[in-house]
Formats: sequence, structure tokens, C-alpha cells
Amino acid sequence: MAGKPVLHYFKGRGRMECIRWLLAAAGVEFEEKFLDSPEDLEKLAKDGSLMFQQVPMVEIDGMRLVQTRAILNYIATKYNLYGKDAKERALIDMYTEGILDLTEIMLQVVISPPDQREAKISLLKDKTKNRYLPAYEKVLKSHGQDYLVGNRLTRVDIHLLEVLLYVEELDSSLLAPFPLLKALKSRISSLPNVKKFLQPGSQRNPPVNAKQIEEARKIFKF
Amino acid sequence: MKQTRSKIAFTPESQESLSMTGKPVLHYLNGRGRMESIRWLLAAAGVEFEEKLFENREEFEKLIQGGTLMYGQVPMVEMDGMNLVQTRAILRYIAAKYGLYGRNLEEQAWIDMYVEGLRDLSDMIMFLPLSLPEEKEMNHDYVLHRAMTRFFPVYEKALRDNKQHYLVGNRLSWADVQLLEVILMAEECKASVLSGFPHLQDFKVRTSQIPTINRFLQPGSQRKPPLDAESLGIAKDIFKFEQGMFLKNMSTVVAEY
Repeated sequence: MAGKPVLHYFKGRGRMECIRWLLAAAGVEFEEKFLDSPEDLEKLAKDGSLMFQQVPMVEIDGMRLVQTRAILNYIATKYNLYGKDAKERALIDMYTEGILDLTEIMLQVVISPPDQREAKISLLKDKTKNRYLPAYEKVLKSHGQDYLVGNRLTRVDIHLLEVLLYVEELDSSLLAPFPLLKALKSRISSLPNVKKFLQPGSQRNPPVNAKQIEEARKIFKF
Repeated sequence: MKQTRSKIAFTPESQESLSMTGKPVLHYLNGRGRMESIRWLLAAAGVEFEEKLFENREEFEKLIQGGTLMYGQVPMVEMDGMNLVQTRAILRYIAAKYGLYGRNLEEQAWIDMYVEGLRDLSDMIMFLPLSLPEEKEMNHDYVLHRAMTRFFPVYEKALRDNKQHYLVGNRLSWADVQLLEVILMAEECKASVLSGFPHLQDFKVRTSQIPTINRFLQPGSQRKPPLDAESLGIAKDIFKFEQGMFLKNMSTVVAEY
């Protein structure tokens, strides 16, 4: 009996958004149970549903998966978005881990105390334009193909599109020196499942606002 | 355990012969850091490897300029014609190649969950030496508390419930190797950290006796010693990170989020 995956998180991007993106890109319908209060998280933890008392948690195929990477790996493998062999997987992993590092820096900005924000934004912009975007532009340049790995869509194209949209939200001029990344952004955005996810009314979350950060602080106690 | 530190001479000839042996070549500084899990996994798999360990900032910059580091970062492992970077990418490749990543998708998922939890804990332990002096004791207590209340109970329960000697699939996997590594790291912080966890104690003894792992635990292996004040100074100089930086982030990002 295969029901839809159920995502447990608060109603915001955080560490669940990349999972929403991947499921959507794979054309997989999913449900969400939102944590609205610290009590909701405590209840889930006390239930024994959370291996490390943390979310994201995704109920899928009779399992309660936790840990963002474990969840992403499972979905990517199940829906054939993880390359055709070990070497492609290695490239996908190398590129994905860099994207996750960049996303982590963005998350740090979101949750940082006000007096540290400016410094962290500066660091984020620096790493984006000097470390990460050049690395992915170089990959695309090296093979001239439409996708990052193996000349077909894999998970890392989705992860990259997601982070490029965040870079654009931060400062659209950051993308200017990277023509191949801009082209990839357009191409992947036009894929039917992705296009649908980008429409208003999908399960995609908007940038976090101050109120959401406060809610998240209460639920996650940071 | 005192380890001898071997320094490899980087003459052009020795560089050529290193890459021609077909063995993986590990690029890092002479210390544990993020490379240690990779050393453990290769060793457990019985894979011989070479190391090019840099001793100062200049040598690290030369490596960066060589163009083999995708993000200008280490660890980097030359293996099977690739310059692999990113710790998890490297570990996953090794685990899959040597049959330590489960036999099916479900086992892979369990292994992933277990190793990600261990990574969270080992990062916290790894960054302890970077604490500001006035926060050192508090961070130390916090990390040990986390280990004993959030992490170790999970692995204790897994071993107790599945009644097997291994965490997943009744055979050795990446998760077991990393669990042993982290147990030993935690014991270096507090020798009695496993009291109250009889299955973990048993696991530690049994897993340490696996021949490849046992060899790695002997003096003279490529296992690196814990960070001392001198090595910390060298690491800070090479990687240019500030004291206090990480654990401030760790406790907000890793622990409660």
C-alpha cells in the first residue's frame, strides 16, 4: 500500500525545502503536517517518530526518515535522479554537497542575531561569487551539456536551480558573470514538473519573514 | 596513544610514483579533522592508501593553485581517476565501492540516517578545541550531554533491538565503522562516556577486533592522534579560522534545529 510521502516540519523553507523541490521535480505528490508550536515538536519526539529528536522527518514507504541528506538520497535513488553509476553518483555528490554548504551559509544569515547579519551577508556574497558559482559554471563549460552530470536530469540540477533562485533573491547581480548558469536556470525552470512547482499555489515556500523566524525560534528553541 | 608522524618527501619522482601505484591518495594536513573518517573507512575496507600531508599555509596554497580542489577545500582524495572532494561524497563512494553501503535502498537509508547523526556529533567533538577559553568547559559538558542523551541511546537501542552485531543488515557497514570512530573520540573527552550503554561497550570491543580495524588501531598505522595545542595552532594558520567561531554556530544550527 503506497500512500503519499508525509513531510513533518514547520511551514517555511528551512531544511525541508530542498526535499520539497526534489519530490516536486520527480513528480511525486506529497502531504505536509506542519509544526505550529513547541508542543507539536515535543509530541512528535515523544512519539518516538524522530530518531534524533529532530525534523525534517518524512514518512515514506513505511519508514520515518530523518536527516536531510538521508531523505534526499532515498528520494533521488528511488526516482532515478542519482545518475547511472558510481562515478556519476560521486560527481553528483560532490556538486550537491557544495550546494548544501552554500545553503547552510544562507541559513546562518537567516537565523543570525541582528548585529552579525551584515558580516554574514558579506561572507555569503563572497563565497557565492568567488567559490560556488564559478565552480558550477566551470562544470557546465567543461562538457557543454544541458545538465550538470551525465547529459540528463539528475537531482543536482534541481538543487542548483533552487539555490540559484535564492542567490537571485539575495542579489540578482551575482548571477551576471555566469551565462551558463543563467541558461541552466531557464532550462530547468521550464521542465513541466518544475514549472508547476514554481507557480503560485504550489507547496513551495516564500522567503522567510521576521515573524516566521520568531515562530521557528520558539519551536526549535534557538 | 602516541602516533609517530611520518613526513613524506615531495620530490617530483615520488609524486609520480604515488599516483602510479593505483592507491587512493589523500590530501590533507597532518591531523584528523575531516579526513579521519575517510582514513577509517578505507582502513576498515582493507584498502591501502597514500597521503600527501601539508604542513603550512604555503603548501596548502600550492595545492589550491594546482586546480584539483573544486571548492578550494580539503579533504581531497585522488581515486579512480577522480579528484574527489567533500567528505560525504568521498565516504559514499568508498562505502559503495567496497560493499559497506547496504544491499538495498532501505539499508542505504538506515546507514545514511545513522552516519548523519554520527557526523553531527563528531563535528561537535571536533570543534571543541576551537572553543573560547571561557566557554571551553561549558561546551565540553554540552557536547557530552548531547552524546549521552541524544546520540548514544539511538545506537544502543538499534543494537539492542536488532540483536545483531552490526547496525544494519547483519553485516559490517559504513555506519559501524563510523560509530566505532565516534565512540573512541567521545571516550577521549570522557573515559566513562559509555557507562550505561552495555551494547555499545560490547560493540566497541567486538568491532575493534575485526582484523582490518584492529590493524588500524595499532601504533604506526595511518590513524592520526588527537589535536594538541601545537597542531591546533598549525591548523588555524593553514585554514585561517577563528577560535570560538564554530561552536557558536554549532549549538544553534546543529543541536536544536
